[in-house]
Amino acid sequence: MPEKKWENVVRAGLFLVIISFIGWAYVAGSFRFIADNPDELIYLLGQHLKLVGLSSFLAVLVAVPLGIFITRPRFKKFDWIVINFANVGQTVPSLAVLALVMSYLGLGYKTAVFALWFYSLLPILRNTIAGIESVNPSVIDAGKGMGMKPSQILWKLELPNASYAILAGIRTSTVINIGTAALAFLIGGGGLGDFIFTGISLYDTGIMLAGAVPVTMLAITIDFLLGKLEKRIIPKGLHWESD
Amino acid sequence: MIQFNNVTKVYQSGDKEVKAVNRVNLSVEKGEICVLIGPSGCGKTTLLRMVNRMIEATEGLIEVNGENIQSLDSIQLRRSIGYVIQQTGLFPNMTIEQNVSVVPRLLGWDRVKIQHRYNELMDMMGLDPDEYRNRYPWELSGGQQQRIGVARALAADPPVMLMDEPFGALDPVIREHLQNEFLRIQKTVKKTILFVSHDIDEAIRLGDAIAIFNAGELMQYGTPNEILSNPRNEFVSQFVGSDRTLKRLNLLTVDDLLQRVAAVRQKKQKSYKEACGGSTVRRDSDLRNALSVLLSSPTGAAAVVDEEGNAFGNITIADFERLVEVHPAQLKSIVQ
Repeated sequence: MPEKKWENVVRAGLFLVIISFIGWAYVAGSFRFIADNPDELIYLLGQHLKLVGLSSFLAVLVAVPLGIFITRPRFKKFDWIVINFANVGQTVPSLAVLALVMSYLGLGYKTAVFALWFYSLLPILRNTIAGIESVNPSVIDAGKGMGMKPSQILWKLELPNASYAILAGIRTSTVINIGTAALAFLIGGGGLGDFIFTGISLYDTGIMLAGAVPVTMLAITIDFLLGKLEKRIIPKGLHWESD
Repeated sequence: MIQFNNVTKVYQSGDKEVKAVNRVNLSVEKGEICVLIGPSGCGKTTLLRMVNRMIEATEGLIEVNGENIQSLDSIQLRRSIGYVIQQTGLFPNMTIEQNVSVVPRLLGWDRVKIQHRYNELMDMMGLDPDEYRNRYPWELSGGQQQRIGVARALAADPPVMLMDEPFGALDPVIREHLQNEFLRIQKTVKKTILFVSHDIDEAIRLGDAIAIFNAGELMQYGTPNEILSNPRNEFVSQFVGSDRTLKRLNLLTVDDLLQRVAAVRQKKQKSYKEACGGSTVRRDSDLRNALSVLLSSPTGAAAVVDEEGNAFGNITIADFERLVEVHPAQLKSIVQ
């Protein structure tokens, strides 16, 4: 299969980029900096994970039910309002969202979580709606015609068949969130952004990359783990889509 | 078994009212296949979907098994009626066994009974139960998928089945194969079936009765033979086609013709095969095929043989005169 071959080429290319990124960090002295301050890295990494974990978790908790709610037959007429809102919301730069939220809630950890939560909502919401709406209407029609209740149609047909899109939305949103969370430092939220912005203000590439490299590795690891989770959760009958 | 009394469905389109189904009266006997047919938008699917209340009738009364469907809970009603649609509507997230067992599980059957029923249905469909048990719909061909769709609808053994163009998306060879299998299965299960189709040949082949619709109104309702021999109006005769007399020949066998001829022709011949120049037709073949044999026979006659190949009678083109309104000359010109 030529597609498979190209996929491997692209993968090898990306791998090289990451390796050279790490190599650059090594040359710039990031690892020496990390070796000198291991406790600080671990502290900031923990803070970063907490920011991302909490905001992404809350985003899933709100966006998925909201997506389900808006696709119920009764509210379907209004789904375009939500979709448009989500689309426009996504175009606002993440930094601007942080700044806007800060001007209302002030500085601090809670503000950061709120801003990251808000920014994570939209990809999940959009994918949940798109996923449910892309379930073949004949599947729903057959379920209804065979005497399934609306709740059975939702749990046995709509959600399993939309799971690929919903989980893809959660995965994308979380990975983006890991990057965006580096900005939380700017509004006093902590996280690995601390190293990055310190490095920038000191013109010290080593310190900057001591923050950037862990963020990158974190994003890659989480993406990989969520990918594994996807494979477990998505029903086998739909796997041909992802294989 | 299924009774429509003055059933009307009105859709509001802007400030105009559109009557998708207009005062339809129809009654389908127990164990019969009634084919609803007509051009697209004639209301046939709407009428079908009103039976399991996927669409609610605006006016009129629908009775299934003597009960007004409005008096029944719609969920319970749907579980008691088999439902097959054109795009199969198989659930991609479920295995074949899970798909077939959906309604029994909704009805709360126990595991053993469900598994037993699954095996039974797959055998009936001519598919190996174990081979397909853990496979998924996307792994199956269109014809296999539609068979699973029919098995799924039969799962809880409902007395009534609704089938909305179940074979419409299949290629002609597979379609004919499935139609024949469907008739074979119907012989044993004897369901009361409402069957939507847009293909008059399918309707003639499958239907015990045919209801022809146009613009929401029932144009004619009768057996295939009645409709082909006596179309009630211009629309029906156009819809069944100018070759309706030929189509009618599909419904009759050589035996039927012999019985009609026997009344006027008593003389016995010793050797039918020689007299007919070697052309033979089987007694159970349909008259359309028989006619084709006659037209290519040098003597214009053919010997009728039974299942063992023994000749016991003969037919000629002229015998077709016995079939009302079909003149031999007319037949010849149509076939050529």
